[in-house]
Amino acid sequence: MAAVSIRDVYKSFGEVKVIQGISMEIADGEFVVMVGPSGCGKSTLLRMVAGLESITSGDIAIDGKVVNNLEPKDRDIAMVFQNYALYPHMTVHDNMAYGLKIRGLSKAEIDTRVNRAAEILELSKFLKRRPRELSGGQRQRVAMGRAIVRDPKVFLFDEPLSNLDAKLRVQMREELQALHQRLATTTLYVTHDQVEAMTLAHRMLVMSTGGKTEQIGAPLEVYDKPATTFVAGFIGSPPMNLIAGRLEPDGAALAAEGGVRIALPQAYPKLGGRSMLLGVRPEHLEICAEGQALLVPQVDFVELLGADSLVYGHIGKDKASPRVAARLHASVKPQNGHLWLRFVAENVHFFDPDTGRRIEA
Amino acid sequence: MATEKRTHFPSAWLPYVLVAPQLAITLVFFMWPAGQAMWQSVLLQNAFGTNTQFVWFDNFRDLFADPRYLASFKTTAEFSLLVAVSGMGIGLVLAACCDYLLRAATVYQTLVIWPYAVAPAVAAVLWSFIFNPSLGLVTYVLRAWFGYDWNYLLYSGQAMILVVIASTWRQISYNFLFFLAGLQSIPRSLTEAAAIDGAGPVKRFATIAFPLLSPTSFFLLVVNVVYAFFETFGVIDAATEGGPMQSTQILVYKVYRDGFKGLDISGSAAQSVILMVIVIALTVIQFRYIERRVEY
Amino acid sequence: MIEHRPGLNFFCHALLITAIVVILFPVWFTFVASTHTAERMREVPLPLWPGGELWQNVVAVLRHGVAGASTAPVGRMMVNSLIMALSIAIGKIIISIISAYAIVYFRFRLRMLFFWMIFITLMLPVEVRIFPTYKVVSELHMVDSYQGLVLPLIASATATFLFRQFFLTIPDSLMEAAWMDGAGPMRFFWDVVLPLSRTNIAALFVILFIYGWNQYLWPLLITTQESMYTVVIGIKRMIPGGDASVDWNLVMTTAMLAMLPPALVVILMQKWFVKGLIEQEK
Repeated sequence: MAAVSIRDVYKSFGEVKVIQGISMEIADGEFVVMVGPSGCGKSTLLRMVAGLESITSGDIAIDGKVVNNLEPKDRDIAMVFQNYALYPHMTVHDNMAYGLKIRGLSKAEIDTRVNRAAEILELSKFLKRRPRELSGGQRQRVAMGRAIVRDPKVFLFDEPLSNLDAKLRVQMREELQALHQRLATTTLYVTHDQVEAMTLAHRMLVMSTGGKTEQIGAPLEVYDKPATTFVAGFIGSPPMNLIAGRLEPDGAALAAEGGVRIALPQAYPKLGGRSMLLGVRPEHLEICAEGQALLVPQVDFVELLGADSLVYGHIGKDKASPRVAARLHASVKPQNGHLWLRFVAENVHFFDPDTGRRIEA
Repeated sequence: MATEKRTHFPSAWLPYVLVAPQLAITLVFFMWPAGQAMWQSVLLQNAFGTNTQFVWFDNFRDLFADPRYLASFKTTAEFSLLVAVSGMGIGLVLAACCDYLLRAATVYQTLVIWPYAVAPAVAAVLWSFIFNPSLGLVTYVLRAWFGYDWNYLLYSGQAMILVVIASTWRQISYNFLFFLAGLQSIPRSLTEAAAIDGAGPVKRFATIAFPLLSPTSFFLLVVNVVYAFFETFGVIDAATEGGPMQSTQILVYKVYRDGFKGLDISGSAAQSVILMVIVIALTVIQFRYIERRVEY
Repeated sequence: MIEHRPGLNFFCHALLITAIVVILFPVWFTFVASTHTAERMREVPLPLWPGGELWQNVVAVLRHGVAGASTAPVGRMMVNSLIMALSIAIGKIIISIISAYAIVYFRFRLRMLFFWMIFITLMLPVEVRIFPTYKVVSELHMVDSYQGLVLPLIASATATFLFRQFFLTIPDSLMEAAWMDGAGPMRFFWDVVLPLSRTNIAALFVILFIYGWNQYLWPLLITTQESMYTVVIGIKRMIPGGDASVDWNLVMTTAMLAMLPPALVVILMQKWFVKGLIEQEK
């Protein structure tokens, strides 16, 4: 149980910059998820905390001690790998006992710990089996068991659920949450799946390609107040609608590209005259009467999902004008024509078109 | 992997044409001679083939009663054990070092593997030159620095050492390559998991890598034994000609000697059959085990 | 991975370097021997550093051979070895690739029989059937000929199995698509299968060339005239038994020449060599 401190960490492989200046303080017992697209460096960052990759500059500290040059085995951490990395020639029991045996624990102590972990993970029946006789989900649990018995200061998970099918993933998410509540060990968890991130995290670190920090915050905070257009587009599916244009001098409407004028639910005089990106999530657009409509898209196509309908269209004259997506209730069946949509002020986001950063209204 | 294709070309005559060359050569140069060898092993023939008698298994019985044949068996067993163990042991250690060093690996790999290209007979010439009783460099060093009299033409123990060295020299490359490939096929995440669990490099090798190498090790054992039994003919002939006093006369060499030099067709044929049985046994073991190799 | 084991690092490097020195030592020594005169090679201790006679020795040996039990010019023997090695490599590749193709892509009545037959040949290296094979070859009047040298060594089960294994990994859909496009079996073989097999062929070529070049027992039996000797058996014949005076510098020069082609092939085609060795035994 310990705090983890990532201070201004950089990493390059030769000329290629993989991690650029990430800093984060993780409190004792926190469950932090590092999320981002494939190749953004999140696994590399995790491996740097583990000691499997070296740090080019910056510090990483565990429980107050800087661990940059410490070998993995001296950092008191445990890791669960994406492909489980179970020792194929050992039984489940021996897989979990391996680390303890090396540290010289007595056989009695080892058995106690292994049996306890097996109980928690419902693996007691499988202790004598080999990994090849187990299913994917069971192997995953053995990998977690191996981490639990070590009773480390920090758990590190590297995309542990990626190799499981969808249904199993949902079940394992539940189990992970239950486990964390029970053990309360500081956890760093890497995934590219935003649903996992949103459901498991106390706080999230959203990263973009090149190892850059986009936002650090609790899940709902990241959803309600995305710090950059990247985060706005990454969290939420379909991604947030971003319409480019210039705010009229009185801040009451956006003159969007393509010659469309979008009236806003309230006026923003302080931002008047600025060019910006207007952001509204598809789920925050509602059907309304013609007179109340703020957005009137021409429908291009519709995806009927059963509970919802996803409507894709464009506002303006031709197909090149701004695109808009709306998530509407299934009972709404738009015809091939126009839709009248409105949105409220709480759900409006502004972003600077050059930096992508959020503008506070 | 499928063992069959689900569709095939419909042609009645083409496949026969395609297999004909290999079939022809196999029949003429493999099957027929092998059959001949087995036939001759149950006959008693004199050198000119003018007098032939059918004697059932007398030839085999005589062989196993012959102390020189049994000695040759013993010599071959000793020889192959030494070659296999030293060749594999050294190959394994070098591969482990190379695998640990990662970055310099390709350079070392290039330098270690090419002795495989050298013919066993040539290897024997090289090494017997170095160990030559009068001119050899090692001989000189042994005499000048240690006062040790080296003459492999006289001392059978030394002759065995010489042929083992010449044979192993070549096999180290082969074993090294396979062990290295085996080590490199172990997923990195396993090594990393073991490191996080607290195992240092040596411990990782002993508890993780070595057990996972067992299929490779077994396979190499069979290959090394087959090599020592058969492919080292050139080494023996070039270095010692089976001497001194047949102390390095391995089984395959005896077949040659008895048949071509001694003109004992039947005895030689019987020996060939025995060797055939040994090879078949070894090959069957190898295939059986390989099928179970896909354990992990 | 962060691991500080300078001691182990040093040990590994030291071990590997020592091993390489020991492994390369005989070759170095042979090279040195090939660069000196015959007289120098009779004085003990023998030299460790090269002299200046390399060119003379090479020319002498290529043209005139070595005075001793065998006086065949080494040049001639190198040619014999080259022809034998190339024929064996190319021959094996050709007949096994078409056999493998037949086994995989056709159904014919004797298919299984044929399969097992070539499987059995795996278990019969030439060393266990030397006399009868010799008898057959001499009855066919192939003693002292290239055919006699090459043919008994050509039917190779390992190559056939290797190609068969590879062909099985070619997706069925490729063949079905070609068939629908109107390609017959030989067309498919030539246009699709052969190009796909290129790496395997290169790998096998390296292994088989070395195998062919290094043959000892069979050429020993089958050649009686010096003009047909291969260089590998020629070397041994240069060393008469006992301590009769031998021109070691020339013998070692021959050894260098004998080692050169396979070594070159391995070094230039190292990638395929490694692949070939490992694929072959799967």
